[in-house]
Amino acid sequence: MAAIILSARGLTKHYDGLKAVENVDFDLKAGQIHALIGPNGAGKTTFVSLLSGRIPPSAGTITFDGEDITQLPAHTRVARGIAYTFQITSIYANLPVFDNVALAIQRKGTKHLHSDTMAALARVGLETRADQIAGTLAYGHQRLLEIAMGLSMNPKLLILDEPTQGLANAEIEAFNALVRAVTPQTTVLLIEHNMDVVMDLADQITVLNFGETLSSGTPAEIRADPAVQTAYLGG
Amino acid sequence: MTRALALHIAVLAALFAAQYLLPPYHHTNIARIMVLAVFAMGYNIAFGYTGLLSLGHALFFAAGLYTTGLGIELWGLSAAPALALGLIAGGAIAAATGVLALRTGGVSFMIVTLMFAQAGYLTILYFGQYTRGDEGFVITRAARSIGPIDLSADTPRYLTALALFSVALLINLALTKSRLGRAMIGMRENEERSRMLGYNPFRIKLIALVISGLYAGAAGAAYSVLFGYVGASFAAIQYSILPLLYVLLGGAGTTLGPFLGALLMFYLIDISSGYTTAHLFVVGAALLVLVLFAPKGILGWVRDKGAKWLP
Repeated sequence: MAAIILSARGLTKHYDGLKAVENVDFDLKAGQIHALIGPNGAGKTTFVSLLSGRIPPSAGTITFDGEDITQLPAHTRVARGIAYTFQITSIYANLPVFDNVALAIQRKGTKHLHSDTMAALARVGLETRADQIAGTLAYGHQRLLEIAMGLSMNPKLLILDEPTQGLANAEIEAFNALVRAVTPQTTVLLIEHNMDVVMDLADQITVLNFGETLSSGTPAEIRADPAVQTAYLGG
Repeated sequence: MTRALALHIAVLAALFAAQYLLPPYHHTNIARIMVLAVFAMGYNIAFGYTGLLSLGHALFFAAGLYTTGLGIELWGLSAAPALALGLIAGGAIAAATGVLALRTGGVSFMIVTLMFAQAGYLTILYFGQYTRGDEGFVITRAARSIGPIDLSADTPRYLTALALFSVALLINLALTKSRLGRAMIGMRENEERSRMLGYNPFRIKLIALVISGLYAGAAGAAYSVLFGYVGASFAAIQYSILPLLYVLLGGAGTTLGPFLGALLMFYLIDISSGYTTAHLFVVGAALLVLVLFAPKGILGWVRDKGAKWLP
């Protein structure tokens, strides 16, 4: 049984009476790939935004690596090892590809900024495009750059918000291999709509619906759960 | 040596040579422009690199100007320590302003910095018995020297301005190549992304603003000693707008843009005011042309046209 790296208790976020996330208990085992699925508007992005500190919770606590991080600002959580990649690609569009990744790498501290950055780019196959302005990359490459930025922070927990959205099938294959390669050193929390990717990668799945946990378990258990089938998998 | 460093050293060498070629009137002008360019460079570090559009930089310039001026006239300091105090004052006032103003962003940041600067301006007027208000005061010629060097004389004045400008320019160049400089640019380009890479936006912006304030303070301090006059007009809104115009004209986020902008704007006003009393109209027309055809400023335009290496 793997150790719990992150857990949430009673995590809640209300927007003026709209219950985006309601009293969610959640445990993330170290070294696993954990997928978060659910219909549109189920509160998945809100939930991971609470974990990463981008928005403050209305109630509840978050523990990471044995410490309560509920009150910590986002940048401090990142420094502690929670990396977040955005659902809507958020790169430095006007800066060269190199600088995008260098900004991630220099933050964690290195003596070999140039070689480390080039190595991180090579990992996603963008090393020949280091001098290109990031905003001029093809969409799929921008997604890869975003993932490279997340990976190059060497996070303990990598939160990927719909990383394969807009990627071609061949790119998805490469992405799956990349994510498998970073575990178990890095724990991955994955929001994903592509069920093939989820079933292929995930060790654990949590299903959110209307801001609440509908079900949680292994892919096989989730597939067999009638409640999930009704709500989501097209039962 | 990189192309960028070679270019900067060539500019400094040209400015050194210029003192032997220029007639006295322009000699003094260039000295003045170099000091104002240091002010603009400081402004550019906040605005051009970090994306902080401040309308209150006159406060930091005036902090240097008055601390040095009053230090000499009121407290009887000699020029060297008074200059050092002026530099520190610029940084300290910028830090104090930043701690409060950086809680806001965008338009609010502009308004808050403007209000701080206006409060500073009114404070100078309020303490008129010391500052002589709008009328200002002249610094005793005898006090404007470091050791045996009389900084009010043409050649030492030019060389002092050039020395200050050189140090400021080379530090600026080093900053743009540094990790801090990259983090500042990251803040300008995408603050939320930077935050999610673990950068504390408040901290990076405050550091940038303090460096900016140190530049402005150094320029103000040097201005008071080199040109011998301290007055409240330097703390007024015009002196917050001027560095912005210099930077926009020369190219925001370029190391040489502030100097180029200061040089062109200074002579644009100087020459046009020889022909018409409506010289501000000429300035306005020039800015319109700039915004329409080269919104990134002259060096920003040059960079887009192929000189990508231009820092």
